[in-house]
Amino acid sequence: MTVTKQEAHSISLDAYVPLLGAPEVDELRALAAQLSGRTVQMVNSTAMGGGVAEILNRLIPLMHELGLRPRWDVITGGEDFFEVTKAFHNALHGGPYVSRRENFEIFLATNEMNRQRLQFDCEFTVIHDPQPAALIEARTKQEGHWLWRCHIDLSKPNAEVWGFLRPFVYRYDGALFSSPEFARQLPIPQYLSYPCIDPLSEKNVELEPSVIQEVVERFGIDQSRPIITQISRFDRLKDPIGVVRAYQLVRRYMDCQLVLAGGSASDDPEGEIVLEEVRREAKDDPDIHLLNLPPWSATEINALQRASTIIVQKSLREGFGLTVTEALWKKKPVVASAVGGIPAQVIHKHTGLLVHSIEGAAYQIRYLLSNPSLAQKLGEQGHEHVRENFLITTNVKRYLTIFLHSLQHPQGMLT
Amino acid sequence: MKKPEHPFRFVTVSYITRIGNQSATNLGELRDGLEACSDASIFYHTFQSLGRYHFLTEGFSNEFAQWVLAALNSPMLAEQLSAPDIRAYLTLSELRTDLLSITDQYCRTYPEEVGRLAFEPFHFLESIEVTTPHTWEAWTLEEFRNWLQHLSNESFHYHFLVSRLRLALRTNDFSLWFENELGLKHLAQLTNRIDVYTNTLEGARAKLYSFIDRELAA
Repeated sequence: MTVTKQEAHSISLDAYVPLLGAPEVDELRALAAQLSGRTVQMVNSTAMGGGVAEILNRLIPLMHELGLRPRWDVITGGEDFFEVTKAFHNALHGGPYVSRRENFEIFLATNEMNRQRLQFDCEFTVIHDPQPAALIEARTKQEGHWLWRCHIDLSKPNAEVWGFLRPFVYRYDGALFSSPEFARQLPIPQYLSYPCIDPLSEKNVELEPSVIQEVVERFGIDQSRPIITQISRFDRLKDPIGVVRAYQLVRRYMDCQLVLAGGSASDDPEGEIVLEEVRREAKDDPDIHLLNLPPWSATEINALQRASTIIVQKSLREGFGLTVTEALWKKKPVVASAVGGIPAQVIHKHTGLLVHSIEGAAYQIRYLLSNPSLAQKLGEQGHEHVRENFLITTNVKRYLTIFLHSLQHPQGMLT
Repeated sequence: MKKPEHPFRFVTVSYITRIGNQSATNLGELRDGLEACSDASIFYHTFQSLGRYHFLTEGFSNEFAQWVLAALNSPMLAEQLSAPDIRAYLTLSELRTDLLSITDQYCRTYPEEVGRLAFEPFHFLESIEVTTPHTWEAWTLEEFRNWLQHLSNESFHYHFLVSRLRLALRTNDFSLWFENELGLKHLAQLTNRIDVYTNTLEGARAKLYSFIDRELAA
């Protein structure tokens, strides 16, 4: 299926001027002018839900407004295909994988079906993630520029699954990864492409104080006292119990509240277990607020982040950590573990504080609560860091730059 | 002010970051990496990082020093690695030599620290620069000031700082044009003295506006 520009969310580039400044937007236009009329095809596996679709929903209209001719195609497949790709996804993340020969056959057959169904005639083709990776078979001649955008952590993949996908990946002109940590040694050039947030989305847009107040009051949180918040699903890798313990250490000396807010755990048996463990650890402390939010809670999350004094992300493992990006954008001081993509966002003592233990997290929270001017400075610098590096407009610019660079290399290899 | 023979031609620059296969998990590997990495990598972690993190006006100099401080917890070496002022270098190889020599000396003095595992690895990344000429050109100082307002931070950084490597002179694109084309030596010197370590790029630009305005009012 092809997602049309009308279906994708249209926000004019001009709407970003107050946030970025006119020169940055002008420069995007100047870069894009060199690519006017060029065709771009983005291919992924879902039109709705998930971070990739969210990004493409913004990226496509912006590229269109900039004078390119972008197209977004979504591959289709049966339930069996998506079960296989889910298993691949977990295996590529280093999780367990049950080897089944038919998995590879289902994967190849569905990619072949999509290869025949879709048109591949653009100058730039960007294939997102492993699900449609075998569509590189559609490249019969060395025409156009083909990129593989990998949004997942490939640092410790299951050998069998990676061994199957690798020959397809090697045929692309280049691969884009969200963090150097997530990349692998490949014979094709690899580029860094940070994930991004949209500052105008419901989760990040500026809110009226009354909206923030309404949300905070609805959850029984006292806005007149310090609020320490971690936004994440109830998952052991996010270490919610570690956050509660850090809070308890802080509470020995300072008055504050803890908010742990995350996605619904109703359809996730392990999430329910973790939530129960956290409840036990919280020991009925009225200042610990465990909020199990439904998926449509973007405004609530936005308000909770904005109401917070300090945002914590004490993960044991992390992807890029877009909740950190969101917090920094809201000028919040962040105390976060040095894992995954977090060190790229939290430059220690400049845009936040990196920690490696519960005690470290507690110490840094206390330090920030005692030094509000430092906390404010970290928050402001964090905001600038996001403005320069992790917004949707930067993502557009990065694509434009890669396209321009590839045009300067007519042999098709992005070197 | 003399009439210029050549206009100032503005350029749009943008960068993509290439992920190399080199990383360091301790001081010894950082030293080896500094020796073996490409010039594009030295550029990325020094010249370009100063632009990328221009909003950090206190205590940030380059990514090598920052990693040594935050991931190796070695403030003395971090301080030493922060010291080289990139404006003093005409080539990346000179800068590499100094960074390497500082690291090497420290490793010899404190051998027990060489193999100590860092909290997180350092990845050597490379910059790929893509430039496209703007249609804008300035024939007068007024025109220059006007177009400067439309320039992004990245392109300002390119003309103001990165140009030093391209020109291989201890000056920048703006100062060179002020002096050679407009005969404004004093403005060129003032511009060249704007400190990029203690100013954001917006701050540096504001200073440049004020120097230009003073010149125009004179």
